[in-house]
Amino acid sequence: MSINRRGFFGLLGATGITLAIGKNTFASSKDKSNVEFSGVLYDSTRCVGCRTCEYECAAAHGLPEPLSEVEPIRKTNETCNTVVNTFQTTKGEVYIKRQCMHCNEPACDAACLTQAMHKNETGPVTWNGDKCMGCRYCMVSCPFDSPKFEFHSTNPKIQKCDMCFDRQNAGEKPVCVTNCPNDALMYGKRRDLIKEARRRIYENPDLYTDHIYGEHEVGGTGWLYLSPVPFEELGMNTNLQQSSYPSLTKGFLYSVPSVDLLLPPLLLGIYTATKNKQHKEDDNE
Amino acid sequence: MNNRAYSLENEKEHKFSWKFLFSELKPKGKWLTPFNIISIPIILLGISLIVIRFWKGLGSITNLTQDVPWGLWIGFDVVTGVAFAGGAYVVTFMVYVLNMKKYHPIVRVTVLNGFLAYAFYTGALLLDLGRPWHVVNPVIGNSYGTSSVLFLVAWHFILYMLAELIEFSPAIAEWLGSRHAQRILSGMTIAAVIFGITLSTLHQSGLGALYLMAKEKIHPLWYSEFIPMLFLVSSIFAGLSMVIFEGSISHKVFSDQISEKNYHSQNGIIHGLSKICAVAMFAYFCLQILVFLHTKRWGLLNTPMGYWFLLEMIGFVFIPMVMFFYSYRTSNIFLIRFAAILTMIGVVLNRLNVTVIGFRWDAAVHYVPSWMEIVVTLAVIFTEIWIFRWVIRRMPVLRESPAWAKE
Repeated sequence: MSINRRGFFGLLGATGITLAIGKNTFASSKDKSNVEFSGVLYDSTRCVGCRTCEYECAAAHGLPEPLSEVEPIRKTNETCNTVVNTFQTTKGEVYIKRQCMHCNEPACDAACLTQAMHKNETGPVTWNGDKCMGCRYCMVSCPFDSPKFEFHSTNPKIQKCDMCFDRQNAGEKPVCVTNCPNDALMYGKRRDLIKEARRRIYENPDLYTDHIYGEHEVGGTGWLYLSPVPFEELGMNTNLQQSSYPSLTKGFLYSVPSVDLLLPPLLLGIYTATKNKQHKEDDNE
Repeated sequence: MNNRAYSLENEKEHKFSWKFLFSELKPKGKWLTPFNIISIPIILLGISLIVIRFWKGLGSITNLTQDVPWGLWIGFDVVTGVAFAGGAYVVTFMVYVLNMKKYHPIVRVTVLNGFLAYAFYTGALLLDLGRPWHVVNPVIGNSYGTSSVLFLVAWHFILYMLAELIEFSPAIAEWLGSRHAQRILSGMTIAAVIFGITLSTLHQSGLGALYLMAKEKIHPLWYSEFIPMLFLVSSIFAGLSMVIFEGSISHKVFSDQISEKNYHSQNGIIHGLSKICAVAMFAYFCLQILVFLHTKRWGLLNTPMGYWFLLEMIGFVFIPMVMFFYSYRTSNIFLIRFAAILTMIGVVLNRLNVTVIGFRWDAAVHYVPSWMEIVVTLAVIFTEIWIFRWVIRRMPVLRESPAWAKE
């Protein structure tokens, strides 16, 4: 066995492809943290648990109308993008609306190998059915379990809140914000919403717990939460890391081009070295 | 494989004819063997379940839920299957890069095994995709999700299958009697090998890296930022244990194929592989201890999951490792085979603990694969063995290459 001209060119071509793939990996990991995203501030002290947002959301997204009698604590699923849960807490009954958090650096976007899950420049994380191959890696990666999959469909879609992306593009607010009867939801630029949340906590320190959920969790989320009680009591995960989820795979992804580029020459070197040794041994015999 | 045959047909070699190809497609040997009696009904049942899956959706035959979106088909077929296919990159490294001629008799069968494992287990991945008609999207380039670990794994899989096909292709050329093609394809081997080893290191570790973002979902005894490294190191002894196991079976079942010289060299090869297994497992075990100490998980050991972790680490890593080391001196082939089986159980446990058992370990309702998921998995494995047997009986894989090819 020897490396002939053809084999060498094959190897060269292989390295070239690797180089091209490697470059893309670097280029795609741009820092998104300085872009002005829009988001929604949810103030659970103002929420009365009427579930109007659930009904309006279902109607706007062509999903079945929610049941009128429901369990106090539910999860979103493939037929409902948002739920309002009722928790018995140290400060009495507290409602909490759940939906996709629209992270600043979403795990689902980084996980998606076809860019079907996409963080738009304006903030919403949306799903594109023309690209998705249904691998469900977004569901494995999402720390909030937001993406839901239609397991009983031949043409399954990923369902989750899209922050009414189309309405936003037309200059309107998300349906849940527009229809909230008690101003529990506020739509705006994320930066302004954080300011507003801080103001509310500052002006009413007894009413609120001093924590804006979503300000730092997983590197910041588009949906921000205010609550009268610590968020653990509302079934929210408060142990989530402060850095973004895609940063968990960054180290591995950065090692890929290095390994792809450095290992082949090393192996080629070892191959050449052992081959020469073989020849010398043959000569000695 | 047929495509390759068609392209070779253009080489206009002396022996090739359509008649020859058709006669080769017919089954050889007895029909009513115990293996056939078991495998044929399971394969047929598996095929009908696959039809139902595409007709009524994934939920019709799997127990997957919104919380556990990846089950047995990913955790066992893909993640575990690929670890067992790791023997191909280790053996080609030894034979072609390090020039260890001793292991040459097993290189073709190992590469064939690796190639079929990739083809079938990643083929099984298509069953798991909800929208498989979009599977070409990350390949043809209209939507590259380059920041995705899965994107890298997918590309490394595809390219590696190509590399393994090139590594194996001389055997196909020898089967078809195509001298010219055999010469060209043999010349490409070393490039394919170097390329293949590089791709293997990355996708073996990449399968672990897939789970890095499932940080809150995997039991902390199995989750760490070192999953990729652990997966890579364990793929070395997982693959070699598979080579030892498969070699021991092939040695009996296909003894008519093996030349006398190779038949007697087998014990020496198994003994050599067991030494590599011992060292790789030692490295893996040390790495596991380091990760454990680094993450300070002492408190978790005295829980049911902790006992489960200890069983995996001691019963199926430490004990087989000691057996492999012990066989350094005794050359006890039986002990080596037993250790290889223990090791394989350990690898299955480890991969399932990360992907299925430890995934959402704290959920109220656990995911347990349905019998239909298990039947489809068995059907995939049996079909692979059928193809493996078909190839072994026809191509010079275990037997010597024809005299003309050795010049």
